[in-house]
Amino acid sequence: MDSLAGNGWVWPLLIIIGKSLLILVAGLIFVAYVLYADRKVWAAVQLRRGPNVVGPWGLLQSFADLMKFVFKEPVIPAGANKGVFLLAPLISGGLALSSWAVIPLNDGWAVANINVGVLFIFAISSLMVYGAIMAGWASNSKYPLLAALRSAAQMVSYEVSIGFVFITVLLCAGSLNLNDIVSAQDSAWGLFGWYWLPLLPMFVVFFVSALAETNRPPFDLLEAESELVAGYMVEYSSAPYMLFMLGEYVAIITMCAMTTVLFLGGWLPPFPVPPFTWISGLIWFVLKICLVFFMFAMVKAFVPRYRYDQLMRLGWKVFLPVSLASVVVVAGVLEIFGAGAHP
Amino acid sequence: MPSLLSDYLPLVIFMAIAFAIGLALLIAPFIVAYKSPDPEKLSAYECGFNAFDDARMRFDVRYYLVSLLFIIFDLEVAFLFPWAVAFKEVGPLGFWSVIVFLGVLTVGFIYEWKKGALEWD
Repeated sequence: MDSLAGNGWVWPLLIIIGKSLLILVAGLIFVAYVLYADRKVWAAVQLRRGPNVVGPWGLLQSFADLMKFVFKEPVIPAGANKGVFLLAPLISGGLALSSWAVIPLNDGWAVANINVGVLFIFAISSLMVYGAIMAGWASNSKYPLLAALRSAAQMVSYEVSIGFVFITVLLCAGSLNLNDIVSAQDSAWGLFGWYWLPLLPMFVVFFVSALAETNRPPFDLLEAESELVAGYMVEYSSAPYMLFMLGEYVAIITMCAMTTVLFLGGWLPPFPVPPFTWISGLIWFVLKICLVFFMFAMVKAFVPRYRYDQLMRLGWKVFLPVSLASVVVVAGVLEIFGAGAHP
Repeated sequence: MPSLLSDYLPLVIFMAIAFAIGLALLIAPFIVAYKSPDPEKLSAYECGFNAFDDARMRFDVRYYLVSLLFIIFDLEVAFLFPWAVAFKEVGPLGFWSVIVFLGVLTVGFIYEWKKGALEWD
């Protein structure tokens, strides 16, 4: 035992690996059920049953899909650039999963509680564009190339407004650490002290930008199945395709988690009084993620799809000026009334 | 462990495991799945005819414009991050210098708008 832990490095290392594996595995199972919930909600809105055959109430549907994807024939087009073609889904999936490292599930429960958490999430979501561009270019086919350009333009357009929303939250919280941002929302007001209320316009801008950033309906223009062929992943099949889809849903969960951390008080209970504070912060955090995801799913079911020029107009001509103005307004209010102005 | 290492080592390990899971999923079908390639299956997707042109064609200049605008505004956001974190310490001078900085960029933004760089029709 002494020789194994002799220099005091082995155990911390093993603990980190164990924590990472736990979060990734639990997270992936969560994604499997989020996918199932997404299909069920959509089906319920359209008065269908949704997946209900595999396992009781179709609960094992996502795992059946996983098996199906893995046993399908992987096709690499003859004209494709093989290395980049296979690297693209790996980048999409791997980067999406990486962003979970900094998300605090409870007070201090993050694998890496770094002091630039927001910046890390921002960087990862910017890098996600590379997955799309590489896939579109490497396929050497016209539809994926066009779809990659469109999706890259869409992602970067909304990235900018997301950046300004981050700035307004940082102004209020005064820290880039996600743990501190949640702690800054802790007050006797409970639910009404979280940033969604004082920063309500920013909350709305962030939610809609998150939909656009993750290519969710009504902004799913790169895979508008009734008008276009399915986006930059047309040439993909089998597990490489699955990695794109997985990356997309993982990014959605990350965005739900970020909405929760920035605006809905992370792990904090809605009312800071006993019956609510007895429940673990982790439960509150997961419940809030589910609530935000439910809103994502309902938007998909209700809202008709945007046209591409409307999408770009909304991003550059509405959200950018609004979020830019909000940065000035929030900073001005904090400057005049001091940091105690917001609850 | 030194504090920088103890902060960032978990991040590196987490990313390594995330990419390892991705890689395992990516490689799995190449090992277990049945493969029977034929020229039709391996040709690029087209609407019912053989691809007759190089797929890497020229595209609309607007995509360049969008990426340029993105770089400008993303850099602006990157400059604002440290200011927002240190907002309570920088005082009125810091506040007004950033307002002037934003004002200059807003003039540029209005110019772009009037020039039609944001039109997409």
